[in-house]
Amino acid sequence: MSHTVLLWLELGGVLALLAVMARVARRFALSPIPLYLGVGLVLGDGGLLPLVTTEGFVEIGAELGVILLLLMLGLEYSGRELVGNLRRSAPIGLLDLVLNFSPGFVAGLVLDMGTVPALFLGGVTYISSSGVIAKVIGDLGWSGNRETPLVLSVLVFEDLAMAVILPVLGAIALGGAVSGATVSVVVALTAVGVTLTLSIRHGERVSHLAFSDSDEVNLLTILGVTLLAAGLAEWVHVSAAVGAFLVGIGISGPAAHRAEMLLTPLRDLFAAVFFVFFGLSTDPSALPAVIGPVLVLTVVTAATKWVVAWVGGARERIGSKGRWRAAAALTARGEFSIVIAGLGVTAGGSARLSAIAAGYVLLTATLGPIAALVSDRWPAASTAASTTAAATSR
Amino acid sequence: MGHLDETSLPGIGKRVEFFTDEGRRMGVVRHHSGRREVFVCQPADPDTTDVAVILSEDDAHSLVDALGVESVTAGAGERTYEVEGLVFEWLDVDPNSPAVGRSIGELRIRTQTGASVVAVIRRPRAVPAPEPGFVIEAGDTVVVAGTLDGVERVRDLIQTA
Repeated sequence: MSHTVLLWLELGGVLALLAVMARVARRFALSPIPLYLGVGLVLGDGGLLPLVTTEGFVEIGAELGVILLLLMLGLEYSGRELVGNLRRSAPIGLLDLVLNFSPGFVAGLVLDMGTVPALFLGGVTYISSSGVIAKVIGDLGWSGNRETPLVLSVLVFEDLAMAVILPVLGAIALGGAVSGATVSVVVALTAVGVTLTLSIRHGERVSHLAFSDSDEVNLLTILGVTLLAAGLAEWVHVSAAVGAFLVGIGISGPAAHRAEMLLTPLRDLFAAVFFVFFGLSTDPSALPAVIGPVLVLTVVTAATKWVVAWVGGARERIGSKGRWRAAAALTARGEFSIVIAGLGVTAGGSARLSAIAAGYVLLTATLGPIAALVSDRWPAASTAASTTAAATSR
Repeated sequence: MGHLDETSLPGIGKRVEFFTDEGRRMGVVRHHSGRREVFVCQPADPDTTDVAVILSEDDAHSLVDALGVESVTAGAGERTYEVEGLVFEWLDVDPNSPAVGRSIGELRIRTQTGASVVAVIRRPRAVPAPEPGFVIEAGDTVVVAGTLDGVERVRDLIQTA
């Protein structure tokens, strides 16, 4: 068989497999991310069906996936949304940062992975998955619920924290030592500050000027600008992901919503490729050895997110059921944990880092939506009972 | 009119809610996409959405028609009117407003917000399409048109208090 024949067969096979996984995930109202990772683990080196011809494509596709994920993360919230509620969300956001970064960082140190990989593991356990959570809120009809603004404000704060953490981690990943990365960090943080300021002051107008009536023009403009920014960012030793993220923050107003609609299919495709790639590059034989740490981290960080939801819910006078729902939703980690772990692997993190991250996201991205479903159904039964009782007593 | 609470839902849109006389929490989630979601809670559990109905733009108009109330909301010091994504707002300028004594050009309303001042009402008369040199006084009502975000920013400029 010729090379092209194999290439198409393999690529088609992988995408068809992903389609099946996405269908299964949808059927059970779960996130497809853990299944995509699983596909990667099965197809990788040491897996059941190692890929031969498509690795080059998958590798570029995965990079593109990271760029699109971060671009969309930036698009999701406008600069004003990011900074606007800061005063109100900061206490809970900081609690979330401290409580959820620490477990990963400490675990990294305890497992003797080295300080830099431990920092990345801290990032892995910190960031909840805004993708998985947005889906949970939409699917379960939670947007009217009292706790939803709390959950979103935590996500927004994490997003803003990413704007600071990602350049630092990215610079470490590309620049090597912490000291050597200082210049890149300063460059990156300045860029973040300037972009946020510009986006808040003039974002809507600039985005409006750059936007055309033609979707084709818009798609090409956004992708072009994003890839240029990603390239420039990588050039000054800040990760390409950061460049894409900044472009996303920079676009705001109606243009951002239009861009989101245009980019979603592309993001879905390449993000799936990225998760497969991460699974591919994770050695499945390293998994059994990290099951212990993964389980401990899952339990501990589910508990720490629960504390965040509980304290935040108490501040907003939300009842216990609402707080449980918030806690369940926030448990899910996903795309950004994998992005951070991917950077960590670039930074020379061991095979253990990617194995722990893969295992951890497999578990939390599955358990989060399940816990959310349970928290949605189980109290509903008791409310229904109490209303029936009230109705009969009338 | 009862009290309307507004909450921004980053990444989703905006939520406007209130308590009915009967004690139920209910409201509308306005998605960025233009979709509207009406939700109602049980009196016993105001935290949890009990019923949610998704309305398209047309459905929303049908509902307003069916309710038989005017779609212009007349609240304390502000009136808003929205037509197909274009928002008109009447903003009262109180004596503490930072806009008092400054011209429209000086405030850089259009440059900063993208929204335009369509008219200024200085009772008993209205000034349509005021020049950039027009100086705003306390007691004026400024009529602006723009996107929801833009108009909100004008409100911030004029009504920071």
